[in-house]
Amino acid sequence: MSVAAPGSDIRELYRELILDHARNPRNFARMQDATHSADGINPLCGDKLKLYFRISPENIIEAAQFEGSGCAISTASASMLTEFVAGMPTELAMQYFKLLRQRLGVEAAAVTGALDLGKLRAFEGVREYPSRIKCATLAWHAMKSAINKEPEPATTE
Amino acid sequence: MSVSKAAQDNDISVCRADFPCLQQEIQAHPLVYLDSAASAQMPAAVIDAVSNYQSRDHANVHRGVHTLSHRATEAFENAREQTRAFIGAQSRNEIIFTRGTTESINLVAQSFLRPRLQAGDQVLITYLEHHSNIVPWQLVCEESGAELVAAPINESGELLLDDLFELLTERVKLLAIGHVSNALGTINPLETIIARARDNGIPVLVDGAQAVPHMNVDVQALDCDFYAFSGHKMFAPTGIGVLYGRETLLEAMPPWQGGGDMILEVSFAGTTFNSLPYKFEAGTPNISGAVGLAAAMQYLDSVGLDKIARHEAGLLAYMTARLGEVEGLTLVGTARQKASVQSFVMDGIHSHDLGTILDHQGVAIRTGHHCAMPVMAFFKLSGTARASLALYNNEDDIDRLIDAIVVAKRMFG
Repeated sequence: MSVAAPGSDIRELYRELILDHARNPRNFARMQDATHSADGINPLCGDKLKLYFRISPENIIEAAQFEGSGCAISTASASMLTEFVAGMPTELAMQYFKLLRQRLGVEAAAVTGALDLGKLRAFEGVREYPSRIKCATLAWHAMKSAINKEPEPATTE
Repeated sequence: MSVSKAAQDNDISVCRADFPCLQQEIQAHPLVYLDSAASAQMPAAVIDAVSNYQSRDHANVHRGVHTLSHRATEAFENAREQTRAFIGAQSRNEIIFTRGTTESINLVAQSFLRPRLQAGDQVLITYLEHHSNIVPWQLVCEESGAELVAAPINESGELLLDDLFELLTERVKLLAIGHVSNALGTINPLETIIARARDNGIPVLVDGAQAVPHMNVDVQALDCDFYAFSGHKMFAPTGIGVLYGRETLLEAMPPWQGGGDMILEVSFAGTTFNSLPYKFEAGTPNISGAVGLAAAMQYLDSVGLDKIARHEAGLLAYMTARLGEVEGLTLVGTARQKASVQSFVMDGIHSHDLGTILDHQGVAIRTGHHCAMPVMAFFKLSGTARASLALYNNEDDIDRLIDAIVVAKRMFG
């Protein structure tokens, strides 16, 4: 049986960093002392993530964790989010969410300031897969809901 | 192609050439379309019939005295007659054109069930149902205080008939049941079930969306009260579907949408409704869709549904065997009687990732919950990958599916 090698661009979507976080998600546990938390539900697939944050009175994200199940893209996105936003003011974390959305082509507004996506650039390949953009942003939607203490679970709609 | 394979291919494999959409490359690979349970491709005969109608015969139906209106009306009513013959209904009055299965079921929920449903009544469905055979009943149940009850299934995805029969009590005002499960492919033993329901005086609606492309359906032999199906699952365009209803029941039901075509006479004091089937067809219908549906039925008749069923049964057996050889792959839905649909999950690979990687190799499958979340919940899954076959598929398609799965395994391994 001959197996065609996958096109090089599928590796653009499933970059090593993403596969690594999908296989071994970081900060993957329930947080007992969370000050903020929210569910993220992707109605397309029914996948559900729960994001936990410990946020100081000065609005600094001291720690972030998550649990739930999802595809490689959504799991890696949640895992990398928890590392990325730790130690960050909530306002800045929201700015990065906006920047990520912009890079994925789902946010028209310009993002002010000289922000660098850093490791999150691994998700830029998702831009070419419109049906998967929601997977990459689900955890970020949940973060927004958690920070704003929105009563309903976040969805990607 | 090996000799054994060629021998197994029966003569309908030539049908693939009839489907223009299948003659293309996706991601530089020839398309392998394994998502016909979501929507089937159309043969050129259907596309041409719709195009010819649009180019030569289009006008509004049942209204004008001019030639085109006459032609459009004739085409539309011929489609109705063909549909009647296709499902073995007694009268053309029993064939209502709708937008699809979902609208057909909503029509019955609103016009037939809603007026007769009271607090304490039950509507019986099954664990296998598509959301379109759950939510319309939920809506009328919530309004009336009636209860929606689901008959259970076993680990193979088969209905537990004894449990279902026990649930057929006098509280049940309707049994709504799928002919073939869209997520698992299970073919339900409808004749037995319907006979038992009718013995208990319970009317039965059948969601036939997944049955009509695969097998001969005879509504009189089934003895159901309503049968709903969609054009686009059976090689016709989207936006056209059918509700079959027993004439005596349809006669007694009030209209559910008001507008043109469904009236005899309108004044501000009141309206006299048109007779069947027009009473349920308010507004200008999907005429070209009906023309396409008729062409699809003609196509299916010309190929032969018995031949199609045999071809698909052989392919399903091959696909099930090949998928079973893949390490880390679990089949979901292993009923003894099945249409050509196979759901599965893979260790360590989410179905959406699998779907994306397969698409990259030109293989189109469905991933997710298949609009059947209760079935997924039963198997404690958020979703599955689903490969569904139609008359135009062949063993090479299945080999390509397996090859693509192996690539995904290497990537995630």
